[in-house]
Amino acid sequence: MSDKPIIHCTGVHKWFGDFHALRGIDLDVYEGEVIVIFGPSGSGKSTFIRTINRLEEHQQGEIIVDGIELSHDVRNIELIRMETGMVFQQFNLFPHLSVMQNITLAPIWVRNLPKEEAEEKAIELLELVGIPEQAHKFPGNLSGGQQQRVAIARALAMEPKIMLFDEPTSALDPEMIKEVLDAMIDLAKSGMTMIVVTHEMGFAREVADRMYFFDEGVIVETGTPDEIYKNPQEDRTKLFLSQILQH
Amino acid sequence: MAIKEIEQDLLRPPQPPGPMRWIRENLFSGFINSILTVLLFPAIIYLLYQISKWVLFGANWQAVSQFPMLFAVGQYPRDQIWRVGFIFSGLMFMLGISWGRWGGLLKSIALAAGSFLLLIAVLPVQHPQLDMTMRIYLGSTILLILVGYLIGNNTRLKNAIIIAGWFVIPIIGIVLLAGFEASERIPPVQTTLWGGLLVTFLLAAGGIILSFPLGVALAFGRRSDLPVVSGFSTVFIEVIRGVPLVTILFMFSIILALFLPVESRIDRLVRALMAVTVFSAAYSAENVRGGLQSVPLGQIEAAKALGMGKLHTTVFIVLPQALRAVLPAIVGQFISLFKDTTLVVIIGINDFLGIGRSIINSDPEFVQMRTEVYIFMAVVYWIFSYLMSLASRRIESAMGIESNL
Ligand SMILES: Nc1ncnc2c1ncn2[C@@H]1O[C@H](COP(=O)(O)OP(=O)(O)OP(=O)(O)O)[C@@H](O)[C@H]1O
Ligand SMILES: [Mg+2]
Repeated sequence: MSDKPIIHCTGVHKWFGDFHALRGIDLDVYEGEVIVIFGPSGSGKSTFIRTINRLEEHQQGEIIVDGIELSHDVRNIELIRMETGMVFQQFNLFPHLSVMQNITLAPIWVRNLPKEEAEEKAIELLELVGIPEQAHKFPGNLSGGQQQRVAIARALAMEPKIMLFDEPTSALDPEMIKEVLDAMIDLAKSGMTMIVVTHEMGFAREVADRMYFFDEGVIVETGTPDEIYKNPQEDRTKLFLSQILQH
Repeated sequence: MAIKEIEQDLLRPPQPPGPMRWIRENLFSGFINSILTVLLFPAIIYLLYQISKWVLFGANWQAVSQFPMLFAVGQYPRDQIWRVGFIFSGLMFMLGISWGRWGGLLKSIALAAGSFLLLIAVLPVQHPQLDMTMRIYLGSTILLILVGYLIGNNTRLKNAIIIAGWFVIPIIGIVLLAGFEASERIPPVQTTLWGGLLVTFLLAAGGIILSFPLGVALAFGRRSDLPVVSGFSTVFIEVIRGVPLVTILFMFSIILALFLPVESRIDRLVRALMAVTVFSAAYSAENVRGGLQSVPLGQIEAAKALGMGKLHTTVFIVLPQALRAVLPAIVGQFISLFKDTTLVVIIGINDFLGIGRSIINSDPEFVQMRTEVYIFMAVVYWIFSYLMSLASRRIESAMGIESNL
């Protein structure tokens, strides 16, 4: 772990119209760390993770990703987006492109990688997430779990330094959740820096370095998985954990 | 034993119904249906009988059969007709190549066109316009289709080159048709002499090819963040859509001419093409805009998250999905454009319909045959419109299998 955070957020505020969605978020992530964010619906988890790659614009505070400050400078935004991969709840694969094309499109056109090289890389990544045989299918012909693993491969193909996951398993049937989590656990163990919004507590316990509990746009509590599960400090955290751990 | 039989029965996939069952299920599925079938069946037979009797024996097709060249090219000078033949053969050659490469509907079209040409080439009738030269020309065009097929099927010609051929040949064709000022072998031919199917195709194909990119541009323009661009696009689209095509044709053919100095007058046919293009572009723009709106935001976010810029996102993600979503509407728009070209008669251009009308009006005898002439023209328009809608359906289903949207 280096001494300088790879993601540095201080006092991040975000309003949707009059609605104050993020109310002063301070959060640092160091290289190789796995951060899990959890909290009730509407607490601002997605909003926060999306400000990191500028899918949402924050109005106050400072976000620095790998030394690049997020500002209105389009160059900076594109640089940061090349450094961060994102996996969405709804997969968001491109339905008109094959799995192979989904994965190679951005490396070819954004990173200017030669097509053959991009395709070799894509096959490697598909092996990594366990579905090398699906390369020439279209997303519509894959199961949800397979689609989400393609989405992970697609994000990794850009060789990001940071991976952002926004509830990657909540749109999946229970029997497919494990295959996606396994791919994510492998990735975490390979040393990837990750921010994961999830309520999969098994995943958090296995690989998270720190957990953040969000509620109403603020960080209520933070700690290692052990601290959060065994000894939560705040009443809101206790209540929320008791609710999700019942199921 | 009995159970085993039942099991096998259950396991067998459902069989398609036999002809008797089809008739029972579709024609006699209830009391009312049976009565309707019994009443309508003889009526339809009778109607078909009367129609074929009229077509074969009652009708007088002289006004159609006497002027095949007029219907095809209008008044285009007969001693220069080889230019049209040259283009036609070129297009048939491209059709052959495309058949060899892609098959499918192109195969059906190529075969239909080839058989049609063959039929005319060997037609056992005396006709001044179907002399030996003509028959040999038709025969060699059929050969060109076949040669094209072999080339398309057996060589590694790039798809892009084939598609380019489809654009290059018509462009060479138009230049050739217009002729060259200084040339004696290929003198200029005024567009006032062009007519018939030639002009109809020129306006329809030209209108489709030019209006589509313009429509896409307008659709993006209307969504633009720049108020000038979006304002202009919106006004353009709404004004054009709020006005009948006839008005636009008049505007381009008369008003435009008033503003421009005499010597720089744009050719009449070009003005008609501009009018048709502008009209079709406004409608295409609205279709495409509908498609753009149907692309989920998540698609654009995924592209952004991958670091893709606006241009790449538009070209690779948004536009392909948008066009897929509205392909049927766009083809429908093209079909109406094809039929709408008939309105150019009003500004004095003799397209296919115009030729038919002038034939009817040229002789009191032909006035008696106007029914035949109009029916002939209706059938021709229908054939080409139907081909377009068939093509659209084939493309749709091909895309459906590919992406399973
Ligand atoms: N584009 C938007 N416009 C207006 N309000 C929004 C917008 N996006 C989110 N919000 C609001 O901001 C708040 C935080 O939303 P966010 O999606 O970040 O919640 P979340 O913690 O991810 O919840 P969930 O677990 O349901 O995904 C919610 O109250 C939501 O209604
Ligand atoms: Mg969310």
